[in-house]
Amino acid sequence: MRRDVFQAIADPTRRAILSLIAFQAMTPNALAEHFESSRQAVSKHIKVLTECELLEQKQQGREIYYYFNPKKMKEVDKWLDQFRQMWESRYTKLDNVLKQLKTKSK
Amino acid sequence: MTQTNDIRIEKDLENKRITVTRYFNANTDLVWRAWTESEILDQWWAPKPWKAETKKMNFKDGGQWLYAMVGPDGSKHWSRVDFKNIKSGKSFEARSCFSDENGEQNNDMPTLYWKNQFIAEGEGTNVISEISFTNEVDFEMIIKMGFEAGFTMGLNNLAELIASKQLS
Repeated sequence: MRRDVFQAIADPTRRAILSLIAFQAMTPNALAEHFESSRQAVSKHIKVLTECELLEQKQQGREIYYYFNPKKMKEVDKWLDQFRQMWESRYTKLDNVLKQLKTKSK
Repeated sequence: MTQTNDIRIEKDLENKRITVTRYFNANTDLVWRAWTESEILDQWWAPKPWKAETKKMNFKDGGQWLYAMVGPDGSKHWSRVDFKNIKSGKSFEARSCFSDENGEQNNDMPTLYWKNQFIAEGEGTNVISEISFTNEVDFEMIIKMGFEAGFTMGLNNLAELIASKQLS
Protein backbone atom coordinates (compact mmCIF):
# COMPACT_ATOMS: atom_id res chain seq x y z
CA MET A 1 0.00 0.00 0.00
CA ARG A 2 1.34 3.38 -0.93
CA ARG A 3 1.70 5.74 1.97
CA ASP A 4 1.54 9.47 1.57
CA VAL A 5 4.21 11.48 3.34
CA PHE A 6 1.85 14.27 4.23
CA GLN A 7 -0.72 11.93 5.60
CA ALA A 8 2.01 10.32 7.64
CA ILE A 9 3.07 13.62 9.19
CA ALA A 10 -0.45 14.85 9.71
CA ASP A 11 -0.58 12.73 12.86
CA PRO A 12 0.88 14.53 15.90
CA THR A 13 2.36 11.38 17.45
CA ARG A 14 4.13 10.54 14.22
CA ARG A 15 5.51 14.06 14.02
CA ALA A 16 6.79 13.67 17.54
CA ILE A 17 8.40 10.33 16.61
CA LEU A 18 10.09 11.97 13.62
CA SER A 19 11.43 14.82 15.67
CA LEU A 20 12.95 12.38 18.13
CA ILE A 21 14.50 10.18 15.48
CA ALA A 22 15.72 13.15 13.44
CA PHE A 23 17.74 14.01 16.51
CA GLN A 24 19.03 10.52 17.16
CA ALA A 25 18.56 7.04 15.67
CA MET A 26 16.63 4.83 18.05
CA THR A 27 15.41 1.32 18.68
CA PRO A 28 11.65 0.81 18.84
CA ASN A 29 11.88 0.18 22.58
CA ALA A 30 13.86 3.34 23.28
CA LEU A 31 11.35 5.25 21.22
CA ALA A 32 8.32 3.76 22.97
CA GLU A 33 9.66 5.00 26.30
CA HIS A 34 9.04 8.55 25.16
CA PHE A 35 5.34 7.98 24.70
CA GLU A 36 2.46 7.16 26.93
CA SER A 37 0.74 5.09 24.28
CA SER A 38 1.31 1.33 24.12
CA ARG A 39 4.34 -0.15 22.39
CA GLN A 40 1.94 -1.68 19.93
CA ALA A 41 0.55 1.74 19.02
CA VAL A 42 4.05 3.16 18.65
CA SER A 43 5.18 0.32 16.39
CA LYS A 44 2.13 0.91 14.24
CA HIS A 45 3.23 4.52 13.79
CA ILE A 46 6.77 3.37 13.01
CA LYS A 47 5.36 1.06 10.37
CA VAL A 48 3.50 3.90 8.67
CA LEU A 49 6.60 6.12 8.72
CA THR A 50 8.77 3.33 7.35
CA GLU A 51 6.31 2.53 4.59
CA CYS A 52 6.46 6.06 3.30
CA GLU A 53 10.26 6.00 3.67
CA LEU A 54 10.51 8.73 6.23
CA LEU A 55 12.25 6.19 8.43
CA GLU A 56 14.80 3.57 7.49
CA GLN A 57 15.74 0.59 9.57
CA LYS A 58 19.25 -0.72 10.03
CA GLN A 59 20.30 -3.80 11.91
CA GLN A 60 23.08 -3.16 14.43
CA GLY A 61 24.02 -6.31 16.25
CA ARG A 62 20.85 -7.68 17.71
CA GLU A 63 18.99 -4.43 17.64
CA ILE A 64 17.09 -2.71 14.89
CA TYR A 65 17.64 1.04 14.78
CA TYR A 66 15.39 3.49 13.02
CA TYR A 67 16.96 6.37 11.12
CA PHE A 68 15.47 9.50 9.76
CA ASN A 69 15.57 9.73 5.96
CA PRO A 70 16.29 13.36 5.04
CA LYS A 71 15.91 12.72 1.30
CA LYS A 72 12.29 11.89 1.73
CA MET A 73 11.88 14.99 3.76
CA LYS A 74 12.73 17.14 0.75
CA GLU A 75 9.20 16.53 -0.35
CA VAL A 76 8.26 18.42 2.71
CA ASP A 77 10.33 21.44 1.69
CA LYS A 78 7.15 23.11 0.68
CA TRP A 79 6.22 23.21 4.31
CA LEU A 80 7.68 26.65 4.66
CA ASP A 81 5.33 27.71 1.91
CA GLN A 82 2.50 26.19 3.82
CA PHE A 83 3.68 27.97 6.93
CA ARG A 84 3.54 31.17 4.97
CA GLN A 85 0.13 30.30 3.56
CA MET A 86 -1.16 29.55 7.02
CA TRP A 87 -0.06 32.97 8.21
CA GLU A 88 -1.44 34.62 5.09
CA SER A 89 -4.81 32.95 5.64
CA ARG A 90 -4.79 33.95 9.28
CA TYR A 91 -3.72 37.53 8.61
CA THR A 92 -6.19 38.02 5.76
CA LYS A 93 -8.89 37.11 8.26
CA LEU A 94 -7.37 39.59 10.69
CA ASP A 95 -7.46 42.31 8.01
CA ASN A 96 -11.20 41.77 7.67
CA VAL A 97 -11.77 41.73 11.41
CA LEU A 98 -9.83 44.98 11.78
CA LYS A 99 -11.85 46.57 9.02
CA GLN A 100 -15.07 45.67 10.83
CA LEU A 101 -13.72 46.99 14.12
CA LYS A 102 -12.77 50.26 12.48
CA THR A 103 -16.26 50.69 11.04
CA LYS A 104 -17.81 50.00 14.44
CA SER A 105 -15.63 52.46 16.28
CA LYS A 106 -16.48 55.29 13.89
CA MET B 1 -9.50 50.05 -0.74
CA THR B 2 -8.69 46.38 -0.51
CA GLN B 3 -5.04 45.80 -0.17
CA THR B 4 -3.19 42.77 1.04
CA ASN B 5 0.04 43.52 2.76
CA ASP B 6 3.01 41.25 2.25
CA ILE B 7 4.11 38.94 4.96
CA ARG B 8 7.83 38.67 5.69
CA ILE B 9 9.33 35.54 7.15
CA GLU B 10 12.94 35.42 8.33
CA LYS B 11 14.92 32.56 9.70
CA ASP B 12 17.54 33.12 12.34
CA LEU B 13 19.33 29.83 12.73
CA GLU B 14 21.75 30.98 15.35
CA ASN B 15 19.01 31.94 17.73
CA LYS B 16 16.61 29.15 16.72
CA ARG B 17 14.07 31.70 15.76
CA ILE B 18 11.64 32.51 12.99
CA THR B 19 10.31 36.02 12.63
CA VAL B 20 7.02 36.82 10.94
CA THR B 21 6.40 40.49 10.12
CA ARG B 22 3.24 41.99 8.69
CA TYR B 23 1.77 45.48 8.32
CA PHE B 24 -1.89 46.09 9.16
CA ASN B 25 -4.03 49.01 8.04
CA ALA B 26 -5.27 49.77 11.53
CA ASN B 27 -3.94 51.65 14.50
CA THR B 28 -1.94 49.93 17.20
CA ASP B 29 -4.82 50.08 19.65
CA LEU B 30 -7.09 48.02 17.40
CA VAL B 31 -4.41 45.54 16.38
CA TRP B 32 -3.45 45.08 20.02
CA ARG B 33 -7.07 44.34 20.92
CA ALA B 34 -7.33 41.84 18.07
CA TRP B 35 -4.39 39.92 19.51
CA THR B 36 -5.40 40.07 23.13
CA GLU B 37 -9.20 39.85 23.34
CA SER B 38 -10.49 36.33 22.91
CA GLU B 39 -13.76 37.40 21.25
CA ILE B 40 -11.69 38.92 18.45
CA LEU B 41 -8.99 36.22 18.40
CA ASP B 42 -11.67 33.59 17.87
CA GLN B 43 -12.62 35.35 14.64
CA TRP B 44 -9.23 35.11 12.97
CA TRP B 45 -6.70 32.93 14.79
CA ALA B 46 -7.60 29.65 13.08
CA PRO B 47 -6.65 29.28 9.43
CA LYS B 48 -9.48 28.14 7.18
CA PRO B 49 -11.47 25.91 7.46
CA TRP B 50 -10.79 25.64 11.18
CA LYS B 51 -12.32 27.75 13.90
CA ALA B 52 -10.81 28.89 17.15
CA GLU B 53 -12.96 28.55 20.25
CA THR B 54 -11.85 30.09 23.50
CA LYS B 55 -12.61 28.26 26.70
CA LYS B 56 -10.74 30.57 29.03
CA MET B 57 -8.84 33.80 28.53
CA ASN B 58 -7.01 35.77 31.15
CA PHE B 59 -4.72 38.21 29.41
CA LYS B 60 -2.33 39.36 32.10
CA ASP B 61 1.17 38.41 33.24
CA GLY B 62 0.96 34.79 34.32
CA GLY B 63 -2.52 34.43 32.82
CA GLN B 64 -3.59 31.86 30.28
CA TRP B 65 -5.51 31.46 27.08
CA LEU B 66 -7.04 28.03 26.64
CA TYR B 67 -8.62 27.43 23.27
CA ALA B 68 -9.53 24.72 20.81
CA MET B 69 -9.03 24.55 17.09
CA VAL B 70 -12.30 23.09 15.88
CA GLY B 71 -12.23 21.19 12.62
CA PRO B 72 -14.96 20.99 10.01
CA ASP B 73 -15.82 17.56 11.42
CA GLY B 74 -16.14 19.00 14.92
CA SER B 75 -12.88 17.53 16.21
CA LYS B 76 -11.09 19.69 18.75
CA HIS B 77 -7.38 20.23 19.30
CA TRP B 78 -6.57 22.12 22.46
CA SER B 79 -3.77 24.58 23.05
CA ARG B 80 -2.71 26.57 26.05
CA VAL B 81 -0.90 29.90 25.92
CA ASP B 82 0.81 31.43 28.98
CA PHE B 83 1.41 35.17 28.89
CA LYS B 84 4.21 37.19 30.40
CA ASN B 85 6.02 40.54 30.10
CA ILE B 86 2.93 42.31 28.87
CA LYS B 87 3.63 45.93 27.97
CA SER B 88 0.22 47.21 27.11
CA GLY B 89 -0.10 48.29 23.48
CA LYS B 90 3.57 47.54 22.80
CA SER B 91 4.57 43.92 23.26
CA PHE B 92 3.95 40.68 25.05
CA GLU B 93 5.55 37.28 25.36
CA ALA B 94 3.87 33.92 25.39
CA ARG B 95 4.63 30.27 25.74
CA SER B 96 2.34 28.02 23.78
CA CYS B 97 1.86 24.27 24.01
CA PHE B 98 -0.58 21.55 23.11
CA SER B 99 -2.84 20.52 25.92
CA ASP B 100 -6.02 18.74 26.81
CA GLU B 101 -9.28 20.57 27.39
CA ASN B 102 -8.24 21.36 30.96
CA GLY B 103 -5.02 23.00 29.86
CA GLU B 104 -2.86 20.07 30.95
CA GLN B 105 0.22 20.13 28.71
CA ASN B 106 0.86 17.35 26.17
CA ASN B 107 4.56 16.68 26.67
CA ASP B 108 4.93 14.72 23.46
CA MET B 109 4.61 17.90 21.47
CA PRO B 110 7.00 20.81 21.07
CA THR B 111 6.59 24.03 22.99
CA LEU B 112 6.85 27.36 21.22
CA TYR B 113 7.86 30.73 22.58
CA TRP B 114 6.49 33.94 21.16
CA LYS B 115 7.42 37.53 21.37
CA ASN B 116 5.00 39.89 19.67
CA GLN B 117 5.75 43.53 19.10
CA PHE B 118 3.32 46.14 17.87
CA ILE B 119 4.94 49.11 16.21
CA ALA B 120 3.00 52.06 14.86
CA GLU B 121 3.91 53.16 11.35
CA GLY B 122 1.92 55.86 9.60
CA GLU B 123 -1.75 55.09 10.07
CA GLY B 124 -1.06 51.40 10.54
CA THR B 125 0.81 48.92 12.65
CA ASN B 126 3.64 46.50 12.10
CA VAL B 127 3.32 43.26 13.99
CA ILE B 128 6.59 41.42 14.53
CA SER B 129 6.24 37.88 15.86
CA GLU B 130 9.36 36.09 16.95
CA ILE B 131 8.71 32.39 17.30
CA SER B 132 11.44 30.35 18.93
CA PHE B 133 12.34 27.03 20.47
CA THR B 134 14.60 26.43 23.38
CA ASN B 135 14.56 22.65 23.53
CA GLU B 136 17.30 20.23 22.60
CA VAL B 137 16.24 19.77 19.01
CA ASP B 138 18.94 20.76 16.57
CA PHE B 139 17.09 23.55 14.92
CA GLU B 140 19.57 24.13 12.13
CA MET B 141 19.49 20.51 11.05
CA ILE B 142 15.75 20.57 11.13
CA ILE B 143 15.69 23.70 9.00
CA LYS B 144 18.03 22.15 6.45
CA MET B 145 15.75 19.20 6.16
CA GLY B 146 12.88 21.49 5.39
CA PHE B 147 11.22 20.38 8.53
CA GLU B 148 10.88 23.82 9.98
CA ALA B 149 7.17 24.22 9.52
CA GLY B 150 6.52 21.09 11.47
CA PHE B 151 8.02 22.80 14.44
CA THR B 152 7.20 26.40 13.88
CA MET B 153 3.58 25.71 13.37
CA GLY B 154 3.44 23.86 16.63
CA LEU B 155 -0.09 25.04 17.16
CA ASN B 156 -1.69 22.07 15.48
CA ASN B 157 -2.14 24.20 12.42
CA LEU B 158 0.03 22.11 10.23
CA ALA B 159 -1.96 18.96 10.74
CA GLU B 160 -5.10 20.90 10.11
CA LEU B 161 -3.71 22.58 7.06
CA ILE B 162 -2.63 19.27 5.63
CA ALA B 163 -5.91 17.68 6.54
CA SER B 164 -7.78 20.45 4.80
CA LYS B 165 -5.58 20.13 1.72
CA GLN B 166 -6.34 16.46 1.57
CA LEU B 167 -10.02 17.11 1.78
CA SER B 168 -9.99 19.48 -1.12
